[in-house]
Amino acid sequence: MGSLKIENIRKSFGQVDVLKGIDLEVRDGEFVIFVGPSGCGKSTLLRVIAGLEDATSGEILIDGKKVNNTPPAKRGIAMVFQTYALYPHLSVRDNMGLGLKQAGKPAEEIKERTRIASAMLSLDDYLERRPAELSGGQRQRVAIGRAIVREPQLFLFDEPLSNLDAALRVNTRLEIARLHRQLKATMIYVTHDQVEAMTLADKIVVMNKGRIEQVGSPMELYNSPQTLFVAGFIGSPQMNLVEGAKLGDPAAKTVGIRPEHIQVSNTSGTWKGSVIHVEHLGADTIIYLQTDFGPLTVRLFGEHQYEVDQVLYATPDAGRTYRFDDKDQIIKA
Amino acid sequence: MAKARTSPLRSGFVHVALIIYTLIALFPVFLIIINSFKDRASIFRNPLGLPNASSFSLVGYNSVLTQGDFTLYFQNSLIVTSVSIFFVLLFGAMAAFALSEYRFRGNSLMGLYLALGIMIPIRLGTVAILQGMVATGLVNTLTALILVYTAQGLPLAVFILTEFMRTVSDDLKNAGRIDGLTEYSIFFRLVLPLVKPAMATVAVFTMIPIWNDLWFPLILAPSDATKTVTLGSQVFIGQFVTNWNAVLAALTLAILPVLVLYFLFSRQLIRGITSGAVK
Repeated sequence: MGSLKIENIRKSFGQVDVLKGIDLEVRDGEFVIFVGPSGCGKSTLLRVIAGLEDATSGEILIDGKKVNNTPPAKRGIAMVFQTYALYPHLSVRDNMGLGLKQAGKPAEEIKERTRIASAMLSLDDYLERRPAELSGGQRQRVAIGRAIVREPQLFLFDEPLSNLDAALRVNTRLEIARLHRQLKATMIYVTHDQVEAMTLADKIVVMNKGRIEQVGSPMELYNSPQTLFVAGFIGSPQMNLVEGAKLGDPAAKTVGIRPEHIQVSNTSGTWKGSVIHVEHLGADTIIYLQTDFGPLTVRLFGEHQYEVDQVLYATPDAGRTYRFDDKDQIIKA
Repeated sequence: MAKARTSPLRSGFVHVALIIYTLIALFPVFLIIINSFKDRASIFRNPLGLPNASSFSLVGYNSVLTQGDFTLYFQNSLIVTSVSIFFVLLFGAMAAFALSEYRFRGNSLMGLYLALGIMIPIRLGTVAILQGMVATGLVNTLTALILVYTAQGLPLAVFILTEFMRTVSDDLKNAGRIDGLTEYSIFFRLVLPLVKPAMATVAVFTMIPIWNDLWFPLILAPSDATKTVTLGSQVFIGQFVTNWNAVLAALTLAILPVLVLYFLFSRQLIRGITSGAVK
């Protein structure tokens, strides 16, 4: 009941093309995350789906019905905003109930649905308060509650965690994951944070410069990136990207090796390098090496001791290097 | 933060400057009020003296309340001012909402056109306005004054409110759209309450020139039934003799309603600050 189909959506603001032909299919119940650097068009795409912006061309189908000309309130969607966007003059209860009231639902039903949503998000104690009297995390829960109350076919989240501090972000992330399991609703979520994307998504849509670079499950994107952009964007620390010619592989313009797919040794290995800097994170140790072909990041699991200027030898794991052609597309092995 | 940065000396200077300015600004008002309670001879003999037992006199107030119909003049002034403010705020806010919220061709040109009136005084068009009023039969009606004052107040209102409305979060308006609010309810229920402080500012700036205006009442509505207070007070200023007691008393009385309106709006200025809605 909550499928979404986007066909060749384009959006221009004057001369600027923000979306350059987006095709996407989202199945009922999926948790899809749009991720990409700022300015890549992911928020615009979400707004087009919500009906807050009109697409310049292309079709949007929610549940098989074309909704290009349907106003946002009638699309069966609910949206959670980065800035919470709660109505400042209404209590939490009225904030959650406003949409239903506008739709002309009976007071009994509004009350019941508000009750269910507030119980789900443990907001019962705050129902009579105004947004100004709540903390950031509580406000975002109210905003999520306002979305739940509408019982939408499609939940849209626009960077909902960006304004929260780190600890709350993790909690709210778990909360959203739990809600997705509980409600079994289709959710579309925009973020620039790849950790959110990797942890929440069934399917990640990586966007860059108004186009979709790749669509896939988190592990697909991690293990088989189709383009150089995806390879560099997914994974932290970032994948090492080295010119193929410098590694004696002229067939590939760029060669990528993830920092965690490199082993180091004091005595022998494929590449020789000297240590520039070491970061000790407890669970991992990150080593920055200077080699003949440029800097190389290595991520080792556990605790390791290395000195700056120490000479090390690095060896990539077999079958874990990625080769990209001059169009930045992957070269299939 | 702000507290830590200002030294006592610095803030002392600021306060001295502000106090001097306040004294300069209030002195004429003070002079009008004290002299309105003195008899004619004391006004001229000792204009700076406070009214005392021998010089105290209510003769000015007496003549204001008996000669001419000052209750009516007050009523006229109040009607003209409050109705004009209402229309200026309503139409100004609507135009500002359109300019700040919607993308359309010629948006910024339209904004510029609407703000042009700040630079060009409306009095330049007096003759044309008078001709228009004569043609429509609106001469000697309060409607004529209201129309002119609404036009006079709109440019500044549109200009100030547009800037303020740009600061209202898009997310909030979009949330309203998703909840099924119409554009009108988004305007009236979400945006207007958030720009209340700006509305109060505009109201104060609009109110004072209207209340004090002599020009348009004199030209467009000089009949006895439509006189405003400022015009009404002129009966005491003669070519050869001026009834200073009465003029000063009328001016003192004329200050009161403005003060009341000002306090009403300035309370809004403070109350209207709604933080916490967005971040």
